[in-house]
Amino acid sequence: MYVAVKGGARAIANAHAWLDAARRGDRDVPELGTDQIREQLALAVDRVMAEGSLYDPDLAALALKQARGDTIEAVFLIRAYRTTLPRFGVTLPVQTDKMDLSRRISATYKDAPGGQVLGPTFDYTHRLLDFGLAAGREVPPARQADTALDPAPHILSHLGGEGLMQAEPEGAGAVPDLTRDPLEFPAERALRLQALARGDEGFLLSLAYSTQRGYGRNHAFVGELRIGTVRVSAQLPELGFDIEFAEIVLTECESVNQFQGSKTEPAQFTRGYGLVFGQSERKAISMALVDRALRAEEMGEDVSGAPAQDAEFVLSHCDNIQSSGFLEHIKLPHYVDFQAELELVRKMRRAAGADAVPDAAE
Amino acid sequence: MIPLLQVTGLSKRYGAHVGCADVAFDLWPGEVMGIVGESGSGKSTLLNCLAGHLAPDAGQVIFDTREQGPRDTRAMTEAERRWLARTDWAYVHQNPRDGLRMGVSAGGNVGERLMAVGARHYGDIRGQAQDWLSRVEIDTGRMDDRPGTFSGGMQQRVQIARNLVTGPRLVFMDEPTGGLDVSVQARLLDLLRGLVRRLGLSVVIVTHDLAVVRLLADRLMVMKDGHVVEEGLTDQVLDDPQHGYTQLLVSSVLHV
Amino acid sequence: MTDQAYNFAYLDEATKRMLRRALLKAVAIPGYQVPFSSREMPMPYGWGTGGVQVTAACLVPEDTLKVIDQGADDTTNAVSIRSFFEKVAGVATTEATAEASVIQTRHRIPETPLHAGQILVFQVPIPEPLRFLEPRETETRVMHALEDYGLMQVRLYEDIARHGEIARAYAYPVKVEGRYVMDPSPIPKFDNPKLNMSPALQLFGAGRECRIYALPPFTRVESLDFEDYPFTPSKAAGQDCAICGASGSYLDEVITDDAGGRMFVCSDTDYCATRVQEASA
Repeated sequence: MYVAVKGGARAIANAHAWLDAARRGDRDVPELGTDQIREQLALAVDRVMAEGSLYDPDLAALALKQARGDTIEAVFLIRAYRTTLPRFGVTLPVQTDKMDLSRRISATYKDAPGGQVLGPTFDYTHRLLDFGLAAGREVPPARQADTALDPAPHILSHLGGEGLMQAEPEGAGAVPDLTRDPLEFPAERALRLQALARGDEGFLLSLAYSTQRGYGRNHAFVGELRIGTVRVSAQLPELGFDIEFAEIVLTECESVNQFQGSKTEPAQFTRGYGLVFGQSERKAISMALVDRALRAEEMGEDVSGAPAQDAEFVLSHCDNIQSSGFLEHIKLPHYVDFQAELELVRKMRRAAGADAVPDAAE
Repeated sequence: MIPLLQVTGLSKRYGAHVGCADVAFDLWPGEVMGIVGESGSGKSTLLNCLAGHLAPDAGQVIFDTREQGPRDTRAMTEAERRWLARTDWAYVHQNPRDGLRMGVSAGGNVGERLMAVGARHYGDIRGQAQDWLSRVEIDTGRMDDRPGTFSGGMQQRVQIARNLVTGPRLVFMDEPTGGLDVSVQARLLDLLRGLVRRLGLSVVIVTHDLAVVRLLADRLMVMKDGHVVEEGLTDQVLDDPQHGYTQLLVSSVLHV
Repeated sequence: MTDQAYNFAYLDEATKRMLRRALLKAVAIPGYQVPFSSREMPMPYGWGTGGVQVTAACLVPEDTLKVIDQGADDTTNAVSIRSFFEKVAGVATTEATAEASVIQTRHRIPETPLHAGQILVFQVPIPEPLRFLEPRETETRVMHALEDYGLMQVRLYEDIARHGEIARAYAYPVKVEGRYVMDPSPIPKFDNPKLNMSPALQLFGAGRECRIYALPPFTRVESLDFEDYPFTPSKAAGQDCAICGASGSYLDEVITDDAGGRMFVCSDTDYCATRVQEASA
């Protein structure tokens, strides 16, 4: 008797054993340690932390190893783990102006207090494959400055003093929490930023790029991009004082965008904002551009129907765990629906007299 | 008899700019009111405020409803306004693409309002759609085609059929002959005049084209910078304009 | 971390409480989509995360769980979800429809009539029946609130105008208690009549879309149609199951060789196996 779908449980077990073996690869090659991933594939680890929205380099490294280097799969592992964690409380806002900087650049000022700091960047490297790395060339330690950089004020704060930069209103009430409340529209900016911060880098990059090419253009400059370490602290009611409990690396981007002014407000500059776990400036800049594009309506700008200006479109589609899950679910069996369609199409073909044409399969 | 629509003190501002200011008029059953003025005069703002698409800053729009008599449409719930919009009211857009579903057949477009108010007999819906399409001179052999395959004039006629199928008592029209060729305009105007007279429709029609109001409107309001500068019977206003702006408007077009 | 580190049925109690509140609201307003704060689950979105969360919120240790996909207990995703709950909840499982207290399903309603006290949990990919007519959530919510369903009917009208019948084979929209239009999830329309006046509690979970909705027992559920084109719960005509000979069940078409040979078998594997057993007894 032919039965197509038997043996599901055994098939799954065998497939997963195969996966384990494939992950390990050639056993003559030394196995990769998660510490190696954390230290040497740090930007992949950062991306997994950012989109997994969980700051833990060791877990992210483990997820990358388990996922065989598939970033979105690793993000998924982190998200599924994160959702089970108890929530102890909410931290105080991190002070990015107090950041220990490893990189800080501005495209709008040649120099500003704190200076331009290139940091460990790919910029200005020639993208030539370094065969020395394949050959195991020793990398000499980089020269270090004698003193650490002083924290530098945000570049855009210099514009704010002149009234040239629109002030950000103080948020009213608690910051919404995307992971504890369903996303509902219209979504205020704090919620939008939260969604973008964990959104897929590729998706945000494409959207940001589309604004540059005229689909919701808003004339962005990188006012400031900074990467560095900030301290995380929380208020513990039992103790009655703030306690600092972690240091995390963040990338922050503030874009400066033109604003023509309206009937009630004079012309001034406005800001798009990006903040991402770890070192990920492509994501931070993209996020800032998309954030600003999503403010088009609030600014009374011409909303042209560009995807990047459409909060429902952007927020409903930026999460790569949602999108990859739903996309890949079409791999699941759809026998029943397909059978129903099959019968419908046959019936309609019969009604149209098309059954006179011999069916190729028969 | 009471007016079908009573408008008092209707104002809408956009920041410092006046959309329309302190507009008041009564529209009686079976009457066609024309609103003319150049672009930017506030006539479209006024029409959108009347039809509930824009919220005016001040004033009242009182409609004589079937069940409850005169009611201020601004005080209605969104549900009541939408119900009105698909039963007793109709809105003909300048661009038929704004008033039609381009992905739905002509017959479906006309049938939608019937289905929206509960019609559930396919044959009846189709019959009525067919009837209305032929009334607006659309070949009923094309009722299953989508409007995208129609000419601009045909699309506009489908839009009119779609609006009139539920027997609305009040029709708003925004430059209904706007984007059409002159010969197509004439045919459409002729059709509209026939329908309006035969069905005894009450209409508020906005246009910059004096020929349109000359043919269709019983009464006329002339708008400039958001204000009504002159109103009266159509022939009176056009043949003997009192206000300087109206005189300019009338003299700037060839005689109609 | 070991499996013991997880709470009964995986989710923590606060999350279950949130889910149960949403479920109660859904039961109170049949057919209305209740937003809930969907959690990330250890299976991908679109693979039953909504159903799994609803099941997790309903399960008690005494429950007996059945999981089907395409009507079958042994399709891979059904196996995976069943073993998930065996691991994290330790509940008894069964393939027998009549013995299950909770049944999670994807794309089918079992052939064996459900009885009072049973809970049927549907996995829902797109909960919004108006989604493909109007993509905006803000607008569809208003349409539901105002019972503005003309557009839905237009869609059916267009089908008849073009194809001579309503060309929807699955996820066929229904109206619940004369009020909300609801997507019954992608079950074949053959199953739609089973939704109506069912003695079982029917719960629908859409994880990615953060929506839960419900049909309490004995709820009136009508498939949308026209008076002169009434709904028909059709299936392939003139075929019986090649295994058990059932004539009134929903059949999967199976291609048996590369010469175009096919056979039809029950999609509900429990129903089919039970009939075979009874016949040989």
